[in-house]
Amino acid sequence: MGDWKTITVPIPSSESKNISQFTSETNMSPSSLYSQQVLCPSLPLAKSVHSFFRAFCTEENVDQSISYLDQELTTLGFPSLCEESKGKEVKRDLNIVAVLNCIHELLVLHRKNLLAQENVETQNLKLGSDMDHLQNCYSKLKEQLETSRREMIGLQERDRQLQGKNRNLHQLLKNEKDEVQKLQNIIASRATQYNHDMKRKEREYNKLKERLHQLVMNKKDKKTAMDILNYVGRADGKRGAWRTGKTEARNEDEMYKVLLNDYEQRQKQILLENAELKKVLQQMKKEMISLLAPQKQKPKEKAEDSPGAVQSDVEEDTSELSKENMWELSCETVREQLTNSIRKQWRILKSHVEKLDNQVSKVHLGGFKDEEVISRQDHEQETEKLELEIQQCKEMIQTQQQLLQQFTTACDDDTSSLLQDCYLLEEKERLEEEWALFKEQKKNFEKERRSFTEAAIRLGLERKAFEEDRAGWLKQQFLNMTSFDNKNSESAFSGSSDQDNLTLYSKPGQKFYSVSSESSLCTSKLTKSLPVSPSTSELFQTIHHLSTNSRVLNVTTEDTKPNQVGRECTTQRWSMASRSDSQEGGCSGSRSLACTDSSIEHRDGLP
Amino acid sequence: MNFSEVFKLSNQLSRFSPNGKFLASCVQYRLVVRDVSTLQILQLYTCLDQIQYLEWSADSLFILCAMYKRGLVQVWSLEQPEWHCKIDEGSAGLVASCWSPDGRHILNTTEFHLRITVWSLCTKSVSYIKYPKACQQGITFTKDGRYMALAERRDCKDYISLFVCSDWQLLRHFDTDTQDLAGIEWAPNGCVLAAWDSCLEYKVLLYSLDGRLLSTYSAYEWSLGIKTIAWSPSSQFLAIGSYDEKVRILNHVTWKMITEFGHTATINNPKIVIYKEMEKSQNLEMENLPFPPTKAAASSLFNTESKYEVVSSPVSLQTLKPVTDRPNPKIGVGILAFSPDNCFLATRNDNIPNAVWIWDVQKLKLFVVLEHLAAVRSFQWNPQQARLAVCTGRSQVYLWSPAGCVSVQVPAEGDFQVLSLCWHRSGDSMALLSKDQLCLCYLESEGIK
Repeated sequence: MGDWKTITVPIPSSESKNISQFTSETNMSPSSLYSQQVLCPSLPLAKSVHSFFRAFCTEENVDQSISYLDQELTTLGFPSLCEESKGKEVKRDLNIVAVLNCIHELLVLHRKNLLAQENVETQNLKLGSDMDHLQNCYSKLKEQLETSRREMIGLQERDRQLQGKNRNLHQLLKNEKDEVQKLQNIIASRATQYNHDMKRKEREYNKLKERLHQLVMNKKDKKTAMDILNYVGRADGKRGAWRTGKTEARNEDEMYKVLLNDYEQRQKQILLENAELKKVLQQMKKEMISLLAPQKQKPKEKAEDSPGAVQSDVEEDTSELSKENMWELSCETVREQLTNSIRKQWRILKSHVEKLDNQVSKVHLGGFKDEEVISRQDHEQETEKLELEIQQCKEMIQTQQQLLQQFTTACDDDTSSLLQDCYLLEEKERLEEEWALFKEQKKNFEKERRSFTEAAIRLGLERKAFEEDRAGWLKQQFLNMTSFDNKNSESAFSGSSDQDNLTLYSKPGQKFYSVSSESSLCTSKLTKSLPVSPSTSELFQTIHHLSTNSRVLNVTTEDTKPNQVGRECTTQRWSMASRSDSQEGGCSGSRSLACTDSSIEHRDGLP
Repeated sequence: MNFSEVFKLSNQLSRFSPNGKFLASCVQYRLVVRDVSTLQILQLYTCLDQIQYLEWSADSLFILCAMYKRGLVQVWSLEQPEWHCKIDEGSAGLVASCWSPDGRHILNTTEFHLRITVWSLCTKSVSYIKYPKACQQGITFTKDGRYMALAERRDCKDYISLFVCSDWQLLRHFDTDTQDLAGIEWAPNGCVLAAWDSCLEYKVLLYSLDGRLLSTYSAYEWSLGIKTIAWSPSSQFLAIGSYDEKVRILNHVTWKMITEFGHTATINNPKIVIYKEMEKSQNLEMENLPFPPTKAAASSLFNTESKYEVVSSPVSLQTLKPVTDRPNPKIGVGILAFSPDNCFLATRNDNIPNAVWIWDVQKLKLFVVLEHLAAVRSFQWNPQQARLAVCTGRSQVYLWSPAGCVSVQVPAEGDFQVLSLCWHRSGDSMALLSKDQLCLCYLESEGIK
């Protein structure tokens, strides 16, 4: 039992050690057959056990085997299988109960052993995989170690190189420093030399100058002279005074006067500036006092601590100040007082402001907390409320819009009158005037329109005559042309005759322009539309339209107003039509068709 | 804007008289004085040689004409045309000549800066001032004409002498702590004298009238320093333009720097208005051009008109790379001018030569940048109001005022390249000078559009 325990229960130390222990145990223990059997009871082993048992006990050696077993079992610590009788010579009986017990115990043991074996096997497996893993780890770590070692070596190499470089640079720096020092020394020496040289040169120069001066002076240069017609008076009208000690003294005096004046002026300026600054200070102080006075009363009531004391000081000061009216004075004591009091007040103000800041920040913090507490409930409520309101408002707006529309559609007159009522009197008058003017214009327009319709009728008549003429002419032409080949005729028409036609058509139009030149835009539009309109009947129809309804006239004229391109297009179209017309023998129906085409073109051409 | 006809001119010598009534101009060796209102020739004087310098006396009564080559100065009187005066410096030579503020003395600087000769027109007296220093600006008079400051060099040291102009008495004489004094300039109130060192060292010294050193200012070391300085008309500010492309402004109370204005080539601030001059696209109608082109047409072909356009803010200005191995490199703020009302300061950075910066002095901020097609030659503020006239050597004159700016073509026949300009004291007109021509330009009194 003890052996098994040591085997089955692995010592929880390092796993490798455990394994080695396990293996060594299995190899080295002088375990009996039993234990070995127990240790590795795989299926083939079980068979062998079976065969062993068969071989072990036969009919003949039952007693021997029993005794053997009994011995064995007793040595193993089991109760003996035989019942010991009173006499030794009496054959020992096999105690079945004991045997059964033994067997049972053995079975239990066997099961236990099997379990243990299983455990051990799984553990073995586990340990094996663990070992693999560890071995992998180990190899990896080894690699890592190798690489890091290599890296380290590289780094060390680099470090060494850098250090070498650094040493070089240090050397260079030192050299440079030396150089700089040398150069500075050189510069300094050069500078001194230069100065020395300069001085020497200057002295020489001075000597030369002196000599030159003497030469120039001694020569009594006759050229050096002033040639003047007559001397002029001094600017101040006085005569030049002799130079005496007096003049010198006077000059000094004057100089000092000038200086004194300057200083006086400056002093005045400074005094002024001072006064200004004092004024500012005074005002500041007053304002501070007025600002601080009401606030100080409250803390005084609560506790008479330091600010209160300061306040009393301040009050004293102020009273003093007000008594003496010390601003006029500029003696130092007063100045000190002033600055001190202002400083004190400034301190108070500062502390007060700080306090206020603190309070404000506290309030802010508190406020935030409160808000957070409220928010979730109130927010939702608020939003709901607001949404409701929005809905209501929208509805209101809709109803209002509807009402407005109704108003505008239903009672236009009413609203207009209302609106007119809204106008100022002047505006109303103006509008009336405009209205009258407009009416007059309308009348004029109507007159003009009438004349135009008359003209148009005349025109229509003329046109009809012309059309008939033309039809006759075309007929004749056609008849003439039938004698030629078809191709020829076509080419002739597509070529010159077409253009001839065009010119023919355009000419009467132009004539009309000239006739109705005095007319306004309206007529021109009409005439523009005229050369396009091919048949008199159509024209009559339009004229009829115009005459019957003036309003419609405006519309139609506008509609039929072509732009230049459109007109060209239509004329071309018309020429085409005329050609086909001429080919077919002047069928009026086709003409009208072309006309409709052209009118379509017009519409297309409109902007 | 109206333009007068064009008059001949030589050496760009043309000056308005200080009282604003006359205009003197030189044509070779002749001096022409015209009435400003009618442009009629009032007087014509003939000098002995080609005139190289011209200056009116302060009372507008005399005109000085210097002929340096001959060492001669001729003075003419406007009241008495027959009066004449000729000053000959003889063998000492002449390099500079100027009036004293009283208009009765002439200061001639001889060659090699040996001395300054003070000639009086009232008496026969001649006085000499020795050891004047040859520098950028060695003589300066106070605005009221009472005092003269003179830079001197003795024994390798710089000195400044203050003279009383009325009798040429030496008032103060003091040495200055400078390596190589480059210039001196009185404040307009006549109480403070600014002296600055040569470009090798950034140093400004401020002296009181009585010779006390009020303050010294140095912005940096070991680099090229001051290029030019300018006092504000109120004497309140001293603007210093330097080679580091900045203008530093000192105040008159502590003589410390209030602010510095950098002149960068890119402008990113959208608040700054940038006007850029653009060529007007002339649609040349080829058919209408006469075949042998007339002179006017030809000139108009070459002188394209231009206009200003407002450009939105990220703008990079055209820069010039200075040649570093030559003396006086074209870099740094080279021209400074305060407007007469103290409100604006106009500057030019020499390595961005096409642009004029206009700074708002009240806000101490950049206000406007004008970029032109050509390098800005000069600019001058209108003496009466905040209006700046700029010329670039093209045939346009440019005017800026806070209301806007405009480019005006000079309608002269041929090419009129405006090289310099000067305002009349009334501020209503200005003289535009080209290489050999002069033209007056009148502004409408209401002001330009």
